[in-house]
Amino acid sequence: MPRRNIAVAGIVVFAAAAAWFLFIGLPRWYAARRAPDAAVSTAATAAPSVAIRKITATLYYLSDDGMTLVPAQREIPFGASVVEQARAIIEAQIAAAPPRLSAIPAETKLRDVFITERGDAFVDLSGDIVTKHPGGSLDEIFTVYTLVNALTVNLPAVTRVQILIDGKEVDTLAGHVDLRHPLAKSLEWVVHDTQ
Amino acid sequence: MKLRAPVAALAAALCLLSTVLPAQQSAAPPYTVVTREARRPLATRTIAGQEMFALDDLARLFSLTVREDAAAGGLMVTAGAQTIVLSTQQPLASVSGRMISLPAAPVRDGRLWYVPVDFVSRALASILPGGVELRKPSRLVLAGGVRLPRIAARSDAIGAGTTRITIDVAPPTPHTVTQEPTRILVRFDADALDLGDIRIAPGDTVTAVHQGDAGTVLAIDLGPRFGSFRASDQPAPTPGSARIFVELLAQTDAPAPGVPLPGTPVPIPAPDAPPLLDLPTPGGLRAIVIDAGHGGDDTGAKGAQGTLEKNVTLGVARRLKGALEARLGVRVLLTREGDQAVASDQRAALANNNKADLFISLHANASLRPAVAGAQVFYLNLEGYGDVAQRAAQATADALPVLGGGSREIEITPWEMAQARHLDQSAAFARSIEAALRARVPMSARALQQAPFRVLVGANMPAVLVELGFLTNAAQEKQLIGDEHQNTLVQALVEGIVRYRAATGAGGTR
Repeated sequence: MPRRNIAVAGIVVFAAAAAWFLFIGLPRWYAARRAPDAAVSTAATAAPSVAIRKITATLYYLSDDGMTLVPAQREIPFGASVVEQARAIIEAQIAAAPPRLSAIPAETKLRDVFITERGDAFVDLSGDIVTKHPGGSLDEIFTVYTLVNALTVNLPAVTRVQILIDGKEVDTLAGHVDLRHPLAKSLEWVVHDTQ
Repeated sequence: MKLRAPVAALAAALCLLSTVLPAQQSAAPPYTVVTREARRPLATRTIAGQEMFALDDLARLFSLTVREDAAAGGLMVTAGAQTIVLSTQQPLASVSGRMISLPAAPVRDGRLWYVPVDFVSRALASILPGGVELRKPSRLVLAGGVRLPRIAARSDAIGAGTTRITIDVAPPTPHTVTQEPTRILVRFDADALDLGDIRIAPGDTVTAVHQGDAGTVLAIDLGPRFGSFRASDQPAPTPGSARIFVELLAQTDAPAPGVPLPGTPVPIPAPDAPPLLDLPTPGGLRAIVIDAGHGGDDTGAKGAQGTLEKNVTLGVARRLKGALEARLGVRVLLTREGDQAVASDQRAALANNNKADLFISLHANASLRPAVAGAQVFYLNLEGYGDVAQRAAQATADALPVLGGGSREIEITPWEMAQARHLDQSAAFARSIEAALRARVPMSARALQQAPFRVLVGANMPAVLVELGFLTNAAQEKQLIGDEHQNTLVQALVEGIVRYRAATGAGGTR
């Protein structure tokens, strides 16, 4: 009887070990092997930077007096399609660009961009743009119109922009600007001397 | 040289006398109480800068009973079954249960109580069966439904030998215009006329405008070159008044090209002339909704010292409610009474459901740049909303079938676009608020702005959003939590509302 018990215990231990290897160990090892590959591949494409096509886009930052947006010409990656170009513009606009001050919290992540045939762009952002926003209607106006203008000014195919948060339509970012509809370009808040 | 000192002393004494005397006795002429039957003088006294009537005089004239309740600190003024309770301590009165404010509290002198002259228009008018009207500019008290329209007239040369007499009448009164050999008579269907400002430049066709032999006629005396005239009713310059044009055409020996023949109607554009009569606002404001921005989990902006926007907005909103109720006697509702979250739609809905005349959303601002400071006033910008807003602004009327057959024209505006129809009034309201704030508090470099603000879109009345200051600015954060600055802001906002009301009459387009 004890022999039989030992055998059962052995089978259980083996099954557990096999299961661990199959479901946890193997994927980890596989992932670890893949990661360097990915790193190598991005490094490979990044290294010959001459080969990467760039375009000049107009991005928007807070003026020194804090009362307007100021346009700035920046080199950003070329996007093969309008959607890809829109992604590149938004990502460049979100990225910190010291000493310039952006009205978009730097923690914000771009989740997705959709563009309809009517020229409405839907920019889906992570909730950080809400939670990290300092509040106040003036900076909220700047945050919204930084995004709206960055797309409508640089992409003729985009006429209006609606901001989505975590994939959903929202009322506002911080309680003021109505985000339930796509918003058209507004240079009302932009000062016209390019930095 | 020797004279100088006594002369100076005399002058000083006279100066002193002139400052002391008016406080003792009023130099102003008495008011006249006009009824169908008679005209009686009603004396006033100026006490502490306020012109006042003796309550006993009013009681005699209007058959009121006055009873003093010393224990409660009140005066009971009764007419028929209606009662006014006047506080003797504060400039407040309760008229049939409704609180109204007065410019000053009643004053006692010996056995007599004195009340501000506005007591007649604000309190007495509501309880007297026939009504009573106080006309400060002409120092009249009209009682018993006496018809005494106010009249103002002005002459303007409008070219081609034509002089236009503009006559403003309040309230609108039926009238006829007839010609006599030497004058034109405008006859009003009234008991008498209350002639105000008459500004006539004598010329070839008109020499004077004055009250006619009958008390209800305005006479236009004609000049030597008068040929013919044209009279027409014009759009009302202000609500509650009417405007008449009497155009006097000069004789022409030979009709020259471009000169109109007498009697031929010539379209002369009516200029958008300002009203000639300085009328009190008809109706006035009934209800105002104050929206304390943010609340509950939504704290709004935050200052470096930890001040939360939601607390600043609620504090100012509560003070503003008190000030408006006391000073204007209007009904004031807050979108939140305490620290709770309120959805944007609910804020506008409260104003719409209570038929508020004005909507004011209070906020405090934030900037990434700590130096940014100053108050801002916003009204709605519909540019971003595209054609939905365009349609809402035009408010097309649709014919809908109604019960019992037939159809009725009904204006259809999408609920959430209600503000589209009030943008002009909101702009005027924002300008009034901005001007009043500018007189008292530091303003932003961009003080008057438009933006597509969520809370304003659904408001079905003139609506503004006021940013009181920047919490991210250290000096302003300190100010915004202080009693003194909050009271200053409230004072300015009340003045802005008063200015808007004075400029537009009642609460906008409703």
